[in-house]
Amino acid sequence: MKLSETKVDQIGVQERVARLQSRSIKADSKKEALTLALSMIDLTTLEGRDSPNKVRQLCYKATHLHESFPGLPHVAAICVYAPMIRTAKEALQGSTVKVAAVATAFPSGMTSLETKLDEVKQAAQDGADEIDMVISRGRFLSGDFDYVAEEINRVKEACGSAHLKVILETGELVTLDNVRTASDIAMAAGADFIKTSTGKIQPAATPEVTLVMMQAIKDFYHKNGRKVGLKPAGGISKSKQAIQYLVMLRETLGQDWLNPDLFRFGASSLANDILMQVVKQNTGIYQSASYFSLD
Amino acid sequence: MTIENHSQNTQANWTYDPAPQSIEHVDIHDSYELFINGKFTASKNGSYRDSINPATEKTLTKVAEAGVEDVDLAVEAARQAYEGPWSQMTAAERGKFLFRIARMIQERSRELAIVESLDGGKPIRESRDVDIPLAAAHFFYYAGWADKLDYAFPGRQAQSVGVAAQIIPWNFPLLMAAWKLAPALATGNTLVLKPAETTPLTAMILADIIREADLPPGVVNIVTGDGDLGKQLVRHPGIDKIAFTGSTTVGKEIMRALAGKDKRFTLELGGKAANIVFADAAIDQAIEGIVNSIFFNQGHVCCAGSRLFVEESVAKEVTQKLRERMETLIVGDPLDKNTDIGAINSFDQLKRIQSYVEIGQQEGGDLYQSNCILPETGYWHAPTLFSNVSQSHRIVQEEIFGPVLAIQTFRTVDEVIDKANNTPYGLSGGVWTDKGAKIFKVTRNIRAGVIWANTFNKFDPSSPFGGYKESGMGREGGVEGLLPYLKLTPNTR
Repeated sequence: MKLSETKVDQIGVQERVARLQSRSIKADSKKEALTLALSMIDLTTLEGRDSPNKVRQLCYKATHLHESFPGLPHVAAICVYAPMIRTAKEALQGSTVKVAAVATAFPSGMTSLETKLDEVKQAAQDGADEIDMVISRGRFLSGDFDYVAEEINRVKEACGSAHLKVILETGELVTLDNVRTASDIAMAAGADFIKTSTGKIQPAATPEVTLVMMQAIKDFYHKNGRKVGLKPAGGISKSKQAIQYLVMLRETLGQDWLNPDLFRFGASSLANDILMQVVKQNTGIYQSASYFSLD
Repeated sequence: MTIENHSQNTQANWTYDPAPQSIEHVDIHDSYELFINGKFTASKNGSYRDSINPATEKTLTKVAEAGVEDVDLAVEAARQAYEGPWSQMTAAERGKFLFRIARMIQERSRELAIVESLDGGKPIRESRDVDIPLAAAHFFYYAGWADKLDYAFPGRQAQSVGVAAQIIPWNFPLLMAAWKLAPALATGNTLVLKPAETTPLTAMILADIIREADLPPGVVNIVTGDGDLGKQLVRHPGIDKIAFTGSTTVGKEIMRALAGKDKRFTLELGGKAANIVFADAAIDQAIEGIVNSIFFNQGHVCCAGSRLFVEESVAKEVTQKLRERMETLIVGDPLDKNTDIGAINSFDQLKRIQSYVEIGQQEGGDLYQSNCILPETGYWHAPTLFSNVSQSHRIVQEEIFGPVLAIQTFRTVDEVIDKANNTPYGLSGGVWTDKGAKIFKVTRNIRAGVIWANTFNKFDPSSPFGGYKESGMGREGGVEGLLPYLKLTPNTR
């Protein structure tokens, strides 16, 4: 594969982001955005110390965000390490909350393709609805785009019917030109979603990176007619940020993308901040954080 | 565990609710008087003109109309102040006044932004984030020059000129006042300023700031009225220098009126700038640049990039993306924080823009307008594109001063440079490419005062601004902006 020809101007992207962030979202449009954002969350726990009970608690939270406030949506998915898939599937039985599993030697991706494929196949077999893979950043930065594309392609095959999210780990790609190139490679190789980050590298999701990925998705859609989803992940913990991402989404990809099938937030603490805002919007009072469950 | 199924994945149609800027703390007086010799005084003939909010067509207030006698008084006051306190003062003291004005503009910035949007129709986002901060920045910048003029032009001594008449347009009312006042005052001149008749209100607040800042009476005089008042000022024998920003037609009249007279003048006039997008540009960012170049301030910008040249191989993509982007532009209430495009400044200007759009259609241009819904009262115009046009079309040749863009395609660098220069104007230009060498090739060969590369409509007080050809003469901003207000003599010290 040859280098992407699409250029990105960093200053221009920063200015566009600043302008989008100056949108003022009030009243009902704010309530709608908060509810929408809740329904787009991939509630995430990706720690070495994760246990089945911790995952079960998270799954209960996924469908019972704030019991004292009826009518709220559930989150889009639970995002866990592969060994937790069966536990999560069981806990979420009967709901439409998806189970997403990170795979391919997450977060570094430093293992052989064969090992990665085995891991992905096992995850699919265990019932993961979605698989979040990482690209080989070292290969990408050394210019071996063919390898990166081939790897994604093979993982996509191994996913079977599971949806594939491709994590670019933009914090390691550094430039927006690289982000654009990696996005183009991932989509062409079959990604259902492209995702900014593992959350393990700083910076994780930034509005600038996300905007560039949105523009890549838009161009890909115009060229190929396929709608690829987007998942900014890591560092989005406040309602205000979430609303700014939705503004960017609405004005870049349009209403078609404003749903959990095509847009997700990878986050762990975002849900509670949104819940706090939802309650405030409806009662006029900020509740203390103690009123929101920490699962 | 019980699982509740809520409605998920419903197709969203998320729109923004109004986000109105609060205007409660802004007090618009029932009437505004002339500001002569440090005092607000009624005009001698007692006449007023209504100032209209172009977004509602409602009258905001009335503003005094200056006559011949008032002009005499204002010029006389400026002369007295020039001979008196202002020229006696040390340069450092003069600078302090400018710093004070700059700070007071910042302190009253929200009020100024709101009044600018009410009186002129521009979106609060722009008056708040562009007009007012830049106006303050201009005063800060020239305040710094006041006591350093001896170092600005090595080997030469700088002296003030005298009394300046300054005539400003309606598109950036306070900012243009700042562009005129700050360098004139920093260099030790006194002045009579005439704001445009459709947008006098922020100049009246500026008068209030100047009064509060304790500037000696007569250093700044502000007289309000229309073009006839401007003519009187230009022809007044007590004026040493004229600074005018406005149309090329009026600029030519001023030159004729001043022919053979010993008066200095600077003119900042119209434009029909070329904005050039090469195939190797960052296209998504270029789209933003195009939007900023023609839809900023409803296109009421002399340096607007109203002629877009797109390299043929990306023309389809650029046009498509531009159209999609135009659909997200919010047109409406200037005081809504989300508004991108506000009201057209006046009924007359709206008619002028509409007549050009008709001309464009009669000439056979392909018209495209965004599907925005325009309010029923007030003066509005949808963002508009014309494609399939050539350099021979009137809408490509003449300044429209509205949100109307004419798109042409090109194939080679030399071709586009020729076409960019194929205009009587030469105020600004833009070039979009990832290739540095191409930027230099284009910018070096286009005859225009300012050319932006991979950006557009960027202003800074330290950067000189002004035109070639029929776009005017003289520069405002930067060290160069001091020159029109100074007499330079060889340094004898």
